[in-house]
Amino acid sequence: MRNLKTFIQDFGWPRIIIFLFLIALFVFAPAVGVRLDASVSDVLNRFGQYAILVLAMVPMIQSGCGLNFGLALGIIAGLLGSTISLQLELRGFAGFFGAIALAAPFSLLLGWLYGKLLNKVKGEEMTIAMYVGFSFVMLMCIMWLVLPFNNPTMVWGFAGKGLRTTITVEGYWLHILNDFLAIKIGRFFIFPTGLLLFVGFCAFCMWVFLRSRTGTAMTAVGSNPDFARASGVSVDNMRTVSVIISTFLGAVGIIVYQQSFGFIQLYTAPSPMVFPAVAAILIGGANINKASMVNVLVGTFLFQGLLTMTPSVINSVLQTDMSEVIRMIVSNGMILYALTRKMKVAK
Amino acid sequence: MSAKKFTKFLSEYAVVIIFVVATVACIGPSRLSVTYIVQEIITRLGRNSFLVISLLLPIFAGMGLNFGMTLGAMAGQIGLIFAVDWGVAGWQGLVFALLVGLPISVLLGWVCGSVMNRAKGREMVTGYILAFFINGIYQFFVLYMLGSVIPMRNPSILLSRGYGIRNTLNLESVRQSLDNIVMARIGPFAVPVVTFAVIALLCIFVVWFKRTKLGQDMRAVGQDMGVADAAGIPVERTRIIAIIISTMFACAGQIIFLQNMGNLATYNAHDQTGFFAVAAILVGGASVTHASIANVFIGVVLLHAMFIVSPLAGQNLFGSAMIGEYFRQFIGYGVIALSLVLYAWKSRKAASDARSLIRTGGSPAANGKGGKE
Repeated sequence: MRNLKTFIQDFGWPRIIIFLFLIALFVFAPAVGVRLDASVSDVLNRFGQYAILVLAMVPMIQSGCGLNFGLALGIIAGLLGSTISLQLELRGFAGFFGAIALAAPFSLLLGWLYGKLLNKVKGEEMTIAMYVGFSFVMLMCIMWLVLPFNNPTMVWGFAGKGLRTTITVEGYWLHILNDFLAIKIGRFFIFPTGLLLFVGFCAFCMWVFLRSRTGTAMTAVGSNPDFARASGVSVDNMRTVSVIISTFLGAVGIIVYQQSFGFIQLYTAPSPMVFPAVAAILIGGANINKASMVNVLVGTFLFQGLLTMTPSVINSVLQTDMSEVIRMIVSNGMILYALTRKMKVAK
Repeated sequence: MSAKKFTKFLSEYAVVIIFVVATVACIGPSRLSVTYIVQEIITRLGRNSFLVISLLLPIFAGMGLNFGMTLGAMAGQIGLIFAVDWGVAGWQGLVFALLVGLPISVLLGWVCGSVMNRAKGREMVTGYILAFFINGIYQFFVLYMLGSVIPMRNPSILLSRGYGIRNTLNLESVRQSLDNIVMARIGPFAVPVVTFAVIALLCIFVVWFKRTKLGQDMRAVGQDMGVADAAGIPVERTRIIAIIISTMFACAGQIIFLQNMGNLATYNAHDQTGFFAVAAILVGGASVTHASIANVFIGVVLLHAMFIVSPLAGQNLFGSAMIGEYFRQFIGYGVIALSLVLYAWKSRKAASDARSLIRTGGSPAANGKGGKE
């Protein structure tokens, strides 16, 4: 009984409610005429789309920089990578991995600058990160208009310059991971093997990394900066490294998202991508200074499951689309819950 | 010494200086007449000042920039929806909206203050997220509750499906009813006297409030919560009161804002409220801990001068109005980021100076910029 109580306390009521709600949705789905296999397939697909963006939260949480509200910077690095890859007419796996490789230097540079900045403003990281992200998104809006891209699929037809708001990756690397070794069962169920393998690979790398020398030092910096400094770990360097990794993962995450979603979304699109990622890892059980792979995977699954299932099930029942409102309340409510939770001293 | 003073001046007013330079540089290329710009600024001062003033009290109470003011704006919008629904026209409609909005904003302010008390030291980000969260509830209320659970009298403001409010609500019945009570003509400019009188009253209230017991308590809490608590000031209660008053002001401010605009984008009129207000007060030279009424007016004038000229300047300089539009948003967000960074950087520097002061045994060499700014 005591175990159950502490478990519930640790796990938190909001998560349990969300979990039960999701199960209820799955149970009721067939009753209201929603195909279960199609839903499961959707959930798996969306899980793969978002998982790496959520994974990008982990290094910064571990190093004590808090929730990465500046994920937009990583996403922009990824957008630069994928647009340049399209500009160079790279196709197939070369295009996909080319995009990641092209995004790497940008994310390194942006992450490094961003990390330096966050080191200067310890304690205020989250608010500042949010506004640095927003203003950079706006700056890039101007850049998307003036950068000299000229691939006809990417620029506005009539002007011949300025990138479109959404660019299709069809014919380049659409579904390159989704279709790799994909298993199709029946008409509606597709298991996106390649996508999930890639997510698993990234999560595994992160898991290994957190257990490496650098990873341990990073965690130490996050949990007790004074102790870490006393043991000869450079706090500022570790934080910068964590921000760079976060930013790079953000870039990889958005490219994975694009190949599955089918479109590169530019201009103000990166800003609204950030909050769902933050909410997902918190739903998975992370708090603002501790996160694990389990948090990432469970959180993404629960959150995306909720987002996929609510519209289809609720719409069939109520004949109206409340998914947007539910998404807003759940994701922001979750972030709010994490921010207001009293920090529990480690047992 | 003078060089040092100059750097201090620069770092203190960096945001203001950048803004003045950027705006002045944009005036020429925008090809707008000075008369037009001044008239626009007068209009926007009347429209926005009230909202910006609502940020002052939480800053005094040490709670930073109250991004949760958006909650008040939503309460004000609900008030206006009911005013239109009941067909109360003219300035009486605004009073009606205020009467509906204020109780809601007191409730929301209390919620906001209590949540922020649970997240001390993270008030800003918490308020920001709370605004999003309450936005979800607001959407739920306006989109699903109004017209279905709560009966509405006026079917023309409902969506065609029979419940939920239309995306754009025409505020014809109350449009500029406050501005037009007395519209003075001073030279070529039209000045909404009553609106400015209301704003002046609010300023007097803020000045008076700072001198009351509660106002003094608030500033004590803002200085140091521990000391204030030891002195017997109910810290949490004082903080909640600061937020409640701020939310109520924001409610009234949003009603003034919308009566001037003349229509209400039901589902996103409040999206940018907090952003514009915060950007304005920061542009006016306020910081996370220090703000005055002067900051409000300087900020509104500067920010809106920029907003008036930048789209046209972008159009004329780059041949694309979008660039000007993005540029002004970039400046808005950038200003907030920059002043938050400068503030955090300064307070860290002050802390580390204080530390080295202890380490060196208080030698005067380290005593240059140690004190609080």
